[in-house]
Amino acid sequence: MMGRMLGAGVLSLGLLAGCAQTPALRGTGDMGVVIERATGAVQVVEHSGRTSLGSVPGLGDLSHAHVTYSRDARYAFVFGRDGGLTKVDLLTQRIVKRVIQAGNSIGGSVSQDGRLVVAQNYQPGGIKAFDAETLELVSEVPAEYAPGQFSKVVGLADVPGQKFVYALFEAGEIWVTDFTDPRQPKTTRYPAGKQPYDGLVTPDGRYFMAGLFGEDGIALLDLWHPEKGVRKILDGYGRGEEKLPVYKMPHLRGWAMAGGFAFLPAIGRHEVLVVDTRTWTEAARVAVKGQPVFVMARPDGRQVWVNFAFPDNGWVQVIDTPTREVVKTLAPGKAVLHMEFTPRGDEVWVSARDDNKVTVFDTASFEVRQTLPATAPSGIFFSHRAARIGF
Amino acid sequence: MAVDRSLWVHVVVLLGVAAVAATAHAEPATARQQELVNMVRQDCGSCHGLTLQGGLGPALLPAVLKDKPAESLVATVMMGRPGTAMPGWAPFMSEQEAEWIVARLMQGFPPVAQQLESSK
Ligand code: HEC
Repeated sequence: MMGRMLGAGVLSLGLLAGCAQTPALRGTGDMGVVIERATGAVQVVEHSGRTSLGSVPGLGDLSHAHVTYSRDARYAFVFGRDGGLTKVDLLTQRIVKRVIQAGNSIGGSVSQDGRLVVAQNYQPGGIKAFDAETLELVSEVPAEYAPGQFSKVVGLADVPGQKFVYALFEAGEIWVTDFTDPRQPKTTRYPAGKQPYDGLVTPDGRYFMAGLFGEDGIALLDLWHPEKGVRKILDGYGRGEEKLPVYKMPHLRGWAMAGGFAFLPAIGRHEVLVVDTRTWTEAARVAVKGQPVFVMARPDGRQVWVNFAFPDNGWVQVIDTPTREVVKTLAPGKAVLHMEFTPRGDEVWVSARDDNKVTVFDTASFEVRQTLPATAPSGIFFSHRAARIGF
Repeated sequence: MAVDRSLWVHVVVLLGVAAVAATAHAEPATARQQELVNMVRQDCGSCHGLTLQGGLGPALLPAVLKDKPAESLVATVMMGRPGTAMPGWAPFMSEQEAEWIVARLMQGFPPVAQQLESSK
């Protein structure tokens, strides 16, 4: 026992050598990061005591930044708009490694075995796989859908079998790339529909869906039966009705699956779509305050929280899933960009960019539990994402 | 009274600035300018990038825009481009404000105040 403790002490001293303060040993299961969009920094936070533990600067352009976690939930992989991929150690709050891997990037994901971190890029369009340990480039798949023509990649999701699924905006296709042999990835292409703008995979990793901007409907690929190809669901949704201009593309990742129904943002409409996942047909529409951006289920599926595009981005609404009614409207600040639930959903953290704060709400009483200052906060990403498919 | 005098000086100065602006190209008031800068960086930035180097929408940098007629860019901002993801912003700004934005984009867009403070 004594030896074990001494060993751990020596190890942590070794790791933290050079650090001004040596943090006490702790787990990372209640930790996370808050993106400070304008200053290119992340705040390291913990949600048990709802505190900020420190800040890690030097991460570049973090507009539309995405974060995914290493399999051990110790390291955050931060993808910046400027193509920067940074590996941040939550425990020491330091940059372990940083590479500029593309001209314009919007996110990435970690492989099923935890060994690869894959980035999705707008410019040059395609995906790139890196060694999750060293961030060395392992292989890449350019999104060249026709000779000399490259597409922006959206909606990348890791799925079982060392595969990644993603959609190509210009090409109108869904691609599935298998990294079983990491240096020789194999890609299968599926026609999907006009201008897929984002994608998501169901929590079990079975169904990949891509929202279509250029036409009504959602492209659905059953990864248990990919040979059947892409099926269009909610086809013709809203056809004939005049679309509202879309001021911000909705995000599908972090979407809501609750009680056998999927809750999805309707594009260009002040509505959340409710889809029956047995038949993939529309079950209902819930009228909300603006164009939804994030539609996120509390982990138990009883509530769905929605934020909105400009100019309604000061509101958050909560839908009760059995009754499909808006039960609460909150005003958490100016320019609400993101929400993140604690792993079991007792609380939700909400960022308000133009009010420079993050508000922590109790999801049962809707009371404010804490507010934390942050500089132009956008995404909030907790470490339990490390253990989830498609995050 | 001293207070009144300084107030007067302010009014005169402000009138002067307004007059110059009006003869040049109808500039929005300073507070509104800041709002517009913030809007372009943040809300246009969600598609064009906070640094305007492009995202789902193309880059809006001087080098990219220099050969394009300003009027047509202003029309794009106001009315959007049907069939693409570019929405029209007419509900949120006047024609003059769109002209001001396009002129700034073609020169190199000013950063938001917050960024100015933090840039080393
Ligand atoms: C929802 C996404 C989106 C938002 C938000 C957006 N744009 Fe665009 N914008 C686009 C796309 C996509 C194009 C390219 C359209 C095309 O294919 O012709 C574009 C094109 C443009 C162009 C023409 C560029 C050129 O080279 O011809 C200008 C200028 C422009 N946008 C300005 C703005 C301004 C100013 C704002 C904010 C007030 C804004 N955009 C907000 C998506 C967006």
